[in-house]
Amino acid sequence: MTTRYFGKPIRRNEDPRLLTGQALFTDDVELPGMLHAAFVRSDYAHAWLRGIDTSLARDLPGVVAIYTAADLGDYWQPGPLLVNPPPIKDLVFNTATQVPLARDKVRHAGEPIAIVVAESRYIAEDAVDLIFVDYDPLPAIVHLADALKPDASIIHDDLGTNLNAHVIQEKGNYAAAAAQADLVIKRHFDYDRGTAAAMENRGIVATWDAKSEQLTMWDTTQAPISIRNGLAGMLGLSERQVRVIAPFIGGGFGPKIMMFYPEEVLLSWITMRLNRPVKWIEDRRENFFATTQERGQVHEAEIALTRDGKVLGVKDVFLHDAGAYAPYGLTVPINSQCTLLGQYDVANYYTEFTSVFTNKPIVTPYRGAGRQHGVFVMERLLDFAARELGIDRAEIRRRNFIPPDAFPYSNDIIFQDFAPLVYDSGNYEPALDRVLEMIDYKHFIEVEQPRLRAEGKHVGLGLVTYVEGTGIGPYEGAKVTVEASGRVSVATGIGTQGQGHFTSFAQVVAEQLGVPVENIRLVTGDTSEFYWGAGTFASRGAVVAGNAIHAAAVAVRRKILDKASEELEVDPEDLELVDGVVQVKGVPASAIPLGELARRANPMRGAVKPGSEPGLEATDYFGPERGATASGVHAMIVEVDPETMMVQIKRHVVVHDCGTVINPMILEGQIQGGVAQGLGNAFYEQLHWDDNGQLLNASFMDFLLPTADTVPHVEMDHVVTPSPLNPLGIKGAGEAGAIPVAPLFAQAVEDALIDFDVELNEIPLSPNRLFELVAEARGLHGSES
Amino acid sequence: MTHTINVTVNGTAYQRTVEARLLLSDFLRHDLGLTGTHVGCEQGSCGACTILLDGEAVRSCLLFAVQVDGHELTTVEGLTPDWDMASTHEDLHPIQIAFREKHGLQCGFCTPGFLMTLVPFLAENPDPTEHEIRQAISGNLCRCTGYVGIVEAVKLAAELLREDDKVTG
Ligand code: FES
Ligand code: FES
Repeated sequence: MTTRYFGKPIRRNEDPRLLTGQALFTDDVELPGMLHAAFVRSDYAHAWLRGIDTSLARDLPGVVAIYTAADLGDYWQPGPLLVNPPPIKDLVFNTATQVPLARDKVRHAGEPIAIVVAESRYIAEDAVDLIFVDYDPLPAIVHLADALKPDASIIHDDLGTNLNAHVIQEKGNYAAAAAQADLVIKRHFDYDRGTAAAMENRGIVATWDAKSEQLTMWDTTQAPISIRNGLAGMLGLSERQVRVIAPFIGGGFGPKIMMFYPEEVLLSWITMRLNRPVKWIEDRRENFFATTQERGQVHEAEIALTRDGKVLGVKDVFLHDAGAYAPYGLTVPINSQCTLLGQYDVANYYTEFTSVFTNKPIVTPYRGAGRQHGVFVMERLLDFAARELGIDRAEIRRRNFIPPDAFPYSNDIIFQDFAPLVYDSGNYEPALDRVLEMIDYKHFIEVEQPRLRAEGKHVGLGLVTYVEGTGIGPYEGAKVTVEASGRVSVATGIGTQGQGHFTSFAQVVAEQLGVPVENIRLVTGDTSEFYWGAGTFASRGAVVAGNAIHAAAVAVRRKILDKASEELEVDPEDLELVDGVVQVKGVPASAIPLGELARRANPMRGAVKPGSEPGLEATDYFGPERGATASGVHAMIVEVDPETMMVQIKRHVVVHDCGTVINPMILEGQIQGGVAQGLGNAFYEQLHWDDNGQLLNASFMDFLLPTADTVPHVEMDHVVTPSPLNPLGIKGAGEAGAIPVAPLFAQAVEDALIDFDVELNEIPLSPNRLFELVAEARGLHGSES
Repeated sequence: MTHTINVTVNGTAYQRTVEARLLLSDFLRHDLGLTGTHVGCEQGSCGACTILLDGEAVRSCLLFAVQVDGHELTTVEGLTPDWDMASTHEDLHPIQIAFREKHGLQCGFCTPGFLMTLVPFLAENPDPTEHEIRQAISGNLCRCTGYVGIVEAVKLAAELLREDDKVTG
């Protein structure tokens, strides 16, 4: 019996390095003669730049160089548009991408204006304080609704408008459906901006070796290969002259895949100018301005239903906050559009969005990447519909599920990968049933809740479903090599930020080669180890890179069997791979260690068969035809203290379907961590901007993240509907925990506060905000009666 | 303005001349090359930079290097002083073993701070309740794990340490 590695909760290969403090993070890179950079960042959210006086700073001992936009010459270019708008009829799209250093105008607080390079970070920061910038302030666009007012100040003057995009997508005919409906419910929803707040800030170390004409850059990026390709182009180097290394990264969550951050463009250029290594490490305050954020949207939505709760149609019109620049095109709002219908079979859907520029930090995908908003709108609408129609909330959802025989199921509208949104597979009722069973739904609703309410306790339950489009293309690749030592090395192009790839990918290889997981060494995120790839985003690592690794491992397995069958003179079918050897099935005496076989496959003398390749190595690629749709159901029970409006989460249950599971321990960690971020988004994390576009709480003192005393233990179970779109049957899981928590939390808290008759149609909430909403609801009540 | 300081870190004595304003976290990371201590906020609110100062957990970003003149420090590297390429799972410190077994880390950036917070906590509370554990680590931020793996790891670590205690008597 061969050992199974796939699907097992195997402990992680990367942990010893991380636990002992040996893992290399970007800020750990020290090079002889290294210089340090710091930035002058805009104090204003919107202003003309009239002048920059660097003279005092230049005189400071230890300052090596100072650059402003003017010093960059032709190298000063706006960044690339990373994702073109999808092919949607009548789409309006105005592009404006970020610049390395602001030239005439600043468009958000914290935008870089000048970079100082000095012998130490301390000196660089001293010099920053000695640089004087002459601003001519302009009114700032902070609130979405102000962006398109006739007298709004224009952020990108060449565009003449703050309109970034306008997109309408339709399925069926909503107006006709609404005309026939028994009930139409309309609501306004507000979903505010948040920040990923990875524990490690961003950072870069760049070094130019003039003798070998090689640029090396350590970068906290999720997409080292794309960064290399772009930098090489900008710097006039061959891609082979640029090596980008994404070492251990302290959390990514999306914002670490921007291209390009100004710092990447500048440090690579500066090291070539100065011929010395340069390091820049973002500090926490900078992270609140200089790293991208996500998710300000305002929705006006309606749902049309029959009396028995069948959804006839949904209409959603929303405003999307693109921030000061929009390098990611329409990825985020398109995700919102495409995730809204969720698990439900809705024949008529009208969705329209207007994306506007604002004087706030740049918006790019952050875990969930717009999916949250769609799920929030749909799930909240269903809650209100259930209440109006007197239908149980689980039941109304069940009645509208896409039936299991309807897959692949098309939603007609165009998804972020430019293909029509088609769900590959799914089976939604079993997950719902399992959640109801785990949370003991009937008993809670019928017995527990009434009993606790009678005791004066404010307890509530939430129940939501969601889908998540994951694992989109274009492709990833991998190289798998059996080394003469018997160890196996695997190289792939994606970067890794804590997802356990060193282990889960090793499991994929172990399954094919029968080599213990700890003997498989993975190299990720180093462009000199693997040349091709796209990056870690959209929950695609396991799906796309995982399948590429699988393909390469299958090819190596074939080589092993062929070579061994030659050596042992038996049919390949009669061989097996166990514990690092290949042998005739059940005959350990015939075993050849894989390392030995690798040596024999790489002879140093003599002739080899024409057409054969040396060694036991293979490179392969995988590109899915489209994304795989994961899905799940969450339920939550909360108790609210009506005095303080503190919310205690009593239980949180998740049943999730992400297809085949490589490592359940890692998967559960991803979901638990995602839930914590979802909770933070729902109840703790609010960025407070004043009317001038200043962020008032840019520190961990004032911006609350969930802590160990607030995050519940999520109870989990899994349903497995393998994806037909890839050989391993995997769907992505990286964002699943986070996506549905806001509507779940809102529903549960609303249920707990049922006596107060509040509706929670905004995120984030907070004890304060709950208090205000309850007060408002009471006021309204007073005036109605 | 520079000062010469004497400090013992992980059992090794160092003498260095430093600027008065040099943060202890920067001193450890960049002057001594002990990069296992991480910096997440530089303002005392994330706990990533936690080390031991004479056995007590402190935030190294809130101290200047000159303040530790004459004191003894332990950083995460000090938990496994003999660690090298040949070391194995069993060579880890019991708290580290527990973190690995219970998946108490994902990106691992916050981890050294948690470990160093837990060393004195578990020494004083060999058999903590879940509530006590959650309180003890509530000053350390982790953005990846949602804390459950860490809480489970602390429970296991307490158990492993108690067993160790029994063995060594
Ligand atoms: S870096 Fe010291 S507490 Fe955050
Ligand atoms: S494991 Fe990433 S911050 Fe804790």
